[in-house]
Amino acid sequence: MASLAAIQRLHGWAVQLTAPPLARAIGGVGIALFIFGLFLAATGRNPLSAYAALYSSTLGSRTGLSEVGVFMVPFILTGLAAAVPAKVGLINVGGEGQLYLGAWAATGVALYSGLSSPWLMLPAMIAAGFIGGAIWAGVALLLRVWRNLNEVISTLLLNFVAVLFVNIFVFGPWKSSGGFGYPYTPDFSAAATLPALFGTRLHLGLAIALAAALVCYLVLGRTRWGYNMRAVGGNVEAARRQGIPVARYLAVAMLVGGGLAGLAGMSEVAGIQHHLRPGISSDFGYLGFLASWLAGHNPLALVGAAFLLAVIFVGGDVLQITANLPSAAIYILIGLMLFLVLGLKKTSREGA
Amino acid sequence: MRYRTGFKSTVRSLLVCALASLSLLLVTACGASAPAATAKPADVLPANTGPSAADLGGGSPTAFAKVFTDATAGSKARAASAYADAAKPRPAGQKLKVGFIFVGSQADLGYNQAAYEGSQWLERAQPDVQVLRAENIPETAEVQRVAEQMITQGASIIFATSYGYSGPIKQIASKYPGVVFLHQGDLETRENYGAFFGNIWQLEYAAGQVAGKMTKTNKLGFIAAFPIPQTLLNVNAYHLGARSVNPKVETTFVLTSDWCDPAKQTTAVRTMVDSGIDVFTEHQDCTKTIVEAAERSPNTFVTGYHQDASSAAPRAWLTGAAWNWGPIYSQLVGEIKAGTYKTSVIFGGLDAGFVKLAPLGKSVPPEVQAATLATVEGLRNGTIKPFTGPLKDQKGAVRITSGVVPPDAELQTIDWLLEGITGSLK
Repeated sequence: MASLAAIQRLHGWAVQLTAPPLARAIGGVGIALFIFGLFLAATGRNPLSAYAALYSSTLGSRTGLSEVGVFMVPFILTGLAAAVPAKVGLINVGGEGQLYLGAWAATGVALYSGLSSPWLMLPAMIAAGFIGGAIWAGVALLLRVWRNLNEVISTLLLNFVAVLFVNIFVFGPWKSSGGFGYPYTPDFSAAATLPALFGTRLHLGLAIALAAALVCYLVLGRTRWGYNMRAVGGNVEAARRQGIPVARYLAVAMLVGGGLAGLAGMSEVAGIQHHLRPGISSDFGYLGFLASWLAGHNPLALVGAAFLLAVIFVGGDVLQITANLPSAAIYILIGLMLFLVLGLKKTSREGA
Repeated sequence: MRYRTGFKSTVRSLLVCALASLSLLLVTACGASAPAATAKPADVLPANTGPSAADLGGGSPTAFAKVFTDATAGSKARAASAYADAAKPRPAGQKLKVGFIFVGSQADLGYNQAAYEGSQWLERAQPDVQVLRAENIPETAEVQRVAEQMITQGASIIFATSYGYSGPIKQIASKYPGVVFLHQGDLETRENYGAFFGNIWQLEYAAGQVAGKMTKTNKLGFIAAFPIPQTLLNVNAYHLGARSVNPKVETTFVLTSDWCDPAKQTTAVRTMVDSGIDVFTEHQDCTKTIVEAAERSPNTFVTGYHQDASSAAPRAWLTGAAWNWGPIYSQLVGEIKAGTYKTSVIFGGLDAGFVKLAPLGKSVPPEVQAATLATVEGLRNGTIKPFTGPLKDQKGAVRITSGVVPPDAELQTIDWLLEGITGSLK
């Protein structure tokens, strides 16, 4: 295809300008915005004013910026859930299910622990969320160990099981009596809600997510553990011959990944929804997975990718409201970005 | 993966970053200045004459107006003139921005399309109104973000059109005291949060009569989403309608726990067709139930909900209950603009033109068509009161005693199913 070749050449030119990973990201995103702009123009909308609305409603306003932060929390945490196992060569597609289990466990603590002080309640919910997500990842891990079932398949399919598992509780014993038959749990007490920041919907979960990303970055990039993990991910056999306990690293990476996705679920129920209900995740697990791949599984770059996706998501609503775009259009833009950042990788092989 | 890059490449990437942000700024600056030039001169406001009988699907304009004046008279809330930004004078040429939030696709041939078309009606009726729309917004805290974005874009009236929006929207209403929030289906109000809905169960009763006459197996299927009062009222009315013409009718009630999950609707329909059910209806936002039921067997019939979806199932289509949102939206916006609106729970039925009968299908014999139209007339003028006691629930306990006709407000909070309906509320 001539157009693909042209895009590749354009992209190759962009790559020559700078260091590979960053260029790939900026080049891919830039070209995606350009092509999406053509799509906007072709449907009779002004791409410049659409992008201006996207900018002013996200980065250009206080509420917009805070909403971007709100979205970044689950994106970063579920992104880490993919990035950490990826370091040892495991592909965790189960962020969505692990998020639900984390939310479920945190809700259990919020509703039934009886703790009244937020200083006890929130750490207990954080621990529960982490453990809930880790257990769900552990199921995939056990299947891998016992039955050699590929974790891509098991984590993906367990996502659907997780949603149904949570539904058992939301439609059953945990259902609020005050909802006219609508499926959600009672609202959390004040002690079980993450404090909101700056009078917006932004909450303490952002600090947790950023701290998690920083810790992951330092551990993976600057410690012996991280070095060993990369060795396992690079060549299992070589790592084994070096005396690295491969199985332990695989297990810990997977469990920590699941736990981080569980934290995303915890922060959603404790920071935003304030109760558990079906559909608490707007595909956060999958989008975090996507963000991790966009970022090349680098935890710091992941913060950038999460930021980008958050801007697109928050801005996507505004494109609907102001440019009358159908809600699905935003997925075209995200698809284009992923395709261009990952699909045109061969020009910068050395960066991978 | 490489974390560290050389000094040179770092400088180069910074350069590209700077270039990129510069061009972004440039694009933003150009884009921001572009639309301002196209502002139009002041619109001439048409006199708000209210809807005609034709607009109301045969309902009476007087009854329509009375619903709103009664609601205002019965409300203890402040008039909108005291707080609503929409009631304040606007500079010439500036339109009043009204936001509409939909839970599903605006082309679902069902609930959301009916609401969407209502919002178009509003724009046509009041040229000084600009409608902002957002579709496929989940009933979670996401709706708060979308509503807040609409407010940032200048909206001073927000229509939250899905039932599950009530909780999240009530949470943010107090944060925006100048904005009027209108919820489609809630039974509660707040200072600047009002609600409205229609007695669509009246048409479920009429559709149930058609179903009761057309069924060969005496088994009807009702596929719903959540066991909320408006849904339970609908299935009860449907069953009552069917029983009024065919006492042998049994109705099976199934919940999918989703306003539009085509896969669950399909599974439910297939199981129900296999169990001998031959007339289907739904309380879903989208139409998969009736399409699947019509395609599954040549002996099935369907009645629709929300709007005319006969094009989706021409053979099997009998009739259906349909909304008539346009005049209601327009009236509400008009009253807020005038400052007379007071938050309240507004309900209207056939007489006020809030709801109407969807067209009868060609499978319906002429005598059944005539009987159905007579029923609709009876419901409209009040000679037919379906929920007249004695009525028993599923367990056989009398819930409405002999001769009693509960007021509409009581019916709207119904939480039980009639005798002869199979299915649970969970």
